[in-house]
Amino acid sequence: MRAEAKLGLALLLTPLLLWLSLLIIIPHINMLFIALRERVAVATYETSPANFLTFFREPLYMWTFVRTALMSVMATVITLVIAFPVSYYIAKIAKGRRKSGLFLLCLVPFWVSELVRTFGWMILLRETGVVSNVLQYLGLVQGPVEMLYNDAAIMVGLVYTSMLFMVVPLVTTMESLDDAVIEAGYDLGGSGPSILREIIIPHATPGIVSGSIVVFMLSLGNYLTPTMLGGKESLWFTELIYSQFIVRFNWELGAAFGFMLLILSSVIVWGMLRLTGQTLEKTMG
Amino acid sequence: MVDQKNLKIAATAVAFSVAALAQTASADTLRLLTWGGYAPADVVELFEKEFDHTVKVTKSNNEEMVAKLRATGGGGFDLAQPSQDRIAGPQAEFGIYKPMDLSKIDGGQFITSMLEATKANTTVDGDIYGVPHVWGTSGLVVDTAKAPSVQDYTDLCSDAVAGKVSYRLKRPTLIGFAFSMGLDPFAAYGDEAAYADIMGQVEAKLIDCKANVKTYWGGGDELMGLVRSGEVVASMAWDTGGWKLNADNADITFVAPAAGALGWIDTFVLPAKGKADDAAYDWINFVMQPEIAAMITAAAGNFTASQGADAFASDELKARYQASFSPAAVDNIKWYPPVPAGLETIEGGVLDRVKAAK
Amino acid sequence: MIPDLECVDLKKQFGETTAVDSVNFSVPPGSFFSILGPSGCGKTTIMRMIAGFLEPSSGDIQIKGKSVLDVAPNKRPVNMVFQHLALFPMMTIAGNIGYGLRRAGLNKAEIDRKVGDALERIGLPGIGNRKIDELSGGQKQRVAIARCMVLEPDVLLLDEPLGALDLKLREHMKVELKALQTAFDTTFVYITHDQSEALVMSDQIAVMNHGQFEQMGSARDLYYRPETRFVAGFVGDSNRWSGKVERVQGSEVELRTERGMLIRGNSHGRSLAVGDAVDSFVRPEAIVVAGKASDLDQFDTRISGEVSSLLFNGAASRILVRDDQGDEIEVTLPQSGEYASLSRGDAVHIGWSGEQSNCFAAEAS
Repeated sequence: MRAEAKLGLALLLTPLLLWLSLLIIIPHINMLFIALRERVAVATYETSPANFLTFFREPLYMWTFVRTALMSVMATVITLVIAFPVSYYIAKIAKGRRKSGLFLLCLVPFWVSELVRTFGWMILLRETGVVSNVLQYLGLVQGPVEMLYNDAAIMVGLVYTSMLFMVVPLVTTMESLDDAVIEAGYDLGGSGPSILREIIIPHATPGIVSGSIVVFMLSLGNYLTPTMLGGKESLWFTELIYSQFIVRFNWELGAAFGFMLLILSSVIVWGMLRLTGQTLEKTMG
Repeated sequence: MVDQKNLKIAATAVAFSVAALAQTASADTLRLLTWGGYAPADVVELFEKEFDHTVKVTKSNNEEMVAKLRATGGGGFDLAQPSQDRIAGPQAEFGIYKPMDLSKIDGGQFITSMLEATKANTTVDGDIYGVPHVWGTSGLVVDTAKAPSVQDYTDLCSDAVAGKVSYRLKRPTLIGFAFSMGLDPFAAYGDEAAYADIMGQVEAKLIDCKANVKTYWGGGDELMGLVRSGEVVASMAWDTGGWKLNADNADITFVAPAAGALGWIDTFVLPAKGKADDAAYDWINFVMQPEIAAMITAAAGNFTASQGADAFASDELKARYQASFSPAAVDNIKWYPPVPAGLETIEGGVLDRVKAAK
Repeated sequence: MIPDLECVDLKKQFGETTAVDSVNFSVPPGSFFSILGPSGCGKTTIMRMIAGFLEPSSGDIQIKGKSVLDVAPNKRPVNMVFQHLALFPMMTIAGNIGYGLRRAGLNKAEIDRKVGDALERIGLPGIGNRKIDELSGGQKQRVAIARCMVLEPDVLLLDEPLGALDLKLREHMKVELKALQTAFDTTFVYITHDQSEALVMSDQIAVMNHGQFEQMGSARDLYYRPETRFVAGFVGDSNRWSGKVERVQGSEVELRTERGMLIRGNSHGRSLAVGDAVDSFVRPEAIVVAGKASDLDQFDTRISGEVSSLLFNGAASRILVRDDQGDEIEVTLPQSGEYASLSRGDAVHIGWSGEQSNCFAAEAS
């Protein structure tokens, strides 16, 4: 009987394991091998950590990564700050049709592709775009204003793209908070801010953490938004990886960059979890 | 009874698969990896009617073509169209192409000088890998009413057009600026150190020029939008882009820079693991017919290496071409020689540093 | 003496529906006041108005003689024990109990002392650092009460706090709640749909139906002297007969049931006239069982029938008696155990005095 159960389990797990190994583990191992090759002459390669050393020796690459990471953290924080009240409203205040309507609104941007969404922002923000024209029409500014091609535009794009991924976990955790608990807080003399600090935020922490991780990773790995909305000097780390792979034919360095992104982003997430006293198990459980 | 029925089904199945096999033998699927406009629908339709092949078109660009073929070791496509300077290097490095059998190509349909130049440029170890198809130049697109002063690449850095210029952060920009600065990067192709030196100077110039740039454009549509809206008055661009804009706004046109427009030739190459070589040769011979080539010119906006196709090209396009290129400017076109493997790394470093610079 | 809580003409309208309709009551200090009613009767609405989560449409709420209508819930001298307790799962037990004290701005030493005292009083000393989910249902209950009581509120509101407990614990907690109320000497306002909770613990009970108070009084009054048909049916178990009045003499009434049986009853002062449709309620324990019909001579209503079911429940055992008309009558067996050998199908005689049969005008339908 036990042997049978084991066999059943093995059979059930096989597709999953196959999927994991074929689509995730094997490609990564392959990437690692590529990253550890150094081109010494035409079509000749040697195993060496040279590509990884390039990452550390060339300050440009390090700085690009740091910039990308800091901007992603900022995008995460801004997304959280905007999404929190929105989620609270959806989870606790809105009822019935309005609630599902609002939730749907968060989903609407995802009905079009990221490219179209980004073009939408470009139409709005560009010098001859909608916002600039409206401001001129209202007489608020003299002459056209350029709002595209800078870090703020990237931030707007990232936050917009990430909103849903923050709202969903926040709404889910906040919905699990019994209204009576909030009322009990008021009843026992709590004020709005203190209830937020002592009851709602601690309760929503798993949602905040998982939402933040997702948004951070999505921002870090975003390519279209930063390259299209970004300005002359807004180099994004994924852009580096793309150009190494596609433009420079330098798969070796590209693979090394890819691995550095994987490692460093994991370290950052781990560090943030430690810093906030959370664990992945708590968040997922 | 049941057996008989099964037998019937089996027989039918066999008959069908035999028929299917027979069909694949005579009619191939041609998987074409090319640029937008190089395989217009009407041309594909005519070709499919005449040869009974089916054509599957994938639109791409130079870098992606090489990257795609590299990823599969030269598989997945039966015919590709990278620029001629992207054949020898990647072939030596990655072996993604296979030699052309010139006996299967009707050489008489090609402009002889161009065919010979491409053959010379795409020869690796004595084998010829490419034949020319479409050619064109890159230079400047200028709103002549708003920025009459822009005549050369380095003019993009002048104060007169501050904040209203754009270019791509790609190698044509590096090459163009080098020529405009009086340097000759093509001559230094064989000498990495000399090339790195030239690129160093270009890097300094581009960083210096950065304040002038509104944004670095990434795709053709983006550039069109920038120039059409008037946000950008001068940019580095392809000739066709300039001519397209000229059709909408007579002030905007392509200007061949004083230092020389950069000439490129897109070719036909056979990917190493291509499976329908015969269909590929059929396609090459088909599209090089003057009438067909003219159709492609109409779609892509660029002229082809087809002998006599000019006669079929539209007068408007010819007029625009002549307005942009004086005979002297045609002579001054700097044709890209094959890029030796490894130069991209030097250029890549420069481009990254320019982008990251404040 | 100023009552701890007084509601004057309290009204609450939700759109077209009137959830609470002109309710008046006052609760003297230190008493246990219950509002008993079926779900949807408006009792929770009253409670939430007192706590401050809802604003009355009209009327006034006074605590210790002062109107609290303009006082926000977090400033009202009332606290509430919620139906599902609403303990803060993100805090320790001490954190829960100390929450209100922290919000009131007490210093840490004082909070610790008060929390320790409270834990002591609810019989759970020294467990302040544990988590909420380590507690049993009854312990949570006590913590929820302690969390309110440390704030020394004028009135403690309890919203069916025993609802989530299992039966045995609920029985136990009834006693304990009453004891806690006495220990803290605070006014409790308790709402429930469970009559036994209300009857056991309360000094005063208001029975509520359709947004109005039907009757207010002690448990004894409600049980033995229900003033309305609803109270008679809702509080305690009753046998009910519907019929028409045939004769009225003083407060004595004779009615004929739909199946033709003649029953004597008492209107206890309610005006009933011949021909009125009435409902008559008789408590199972008011009915006497006898083996011989002659033993029941002193009762004015007597019925013979056979035992159709035995409902053994120790001291509260009952039988169902089916009469000739086929009606089933619930009868409590005497605790002496003399009928312990009764079995299904046995013929029995039952009877009760008209005094025990409460007659009300039937609801106009």
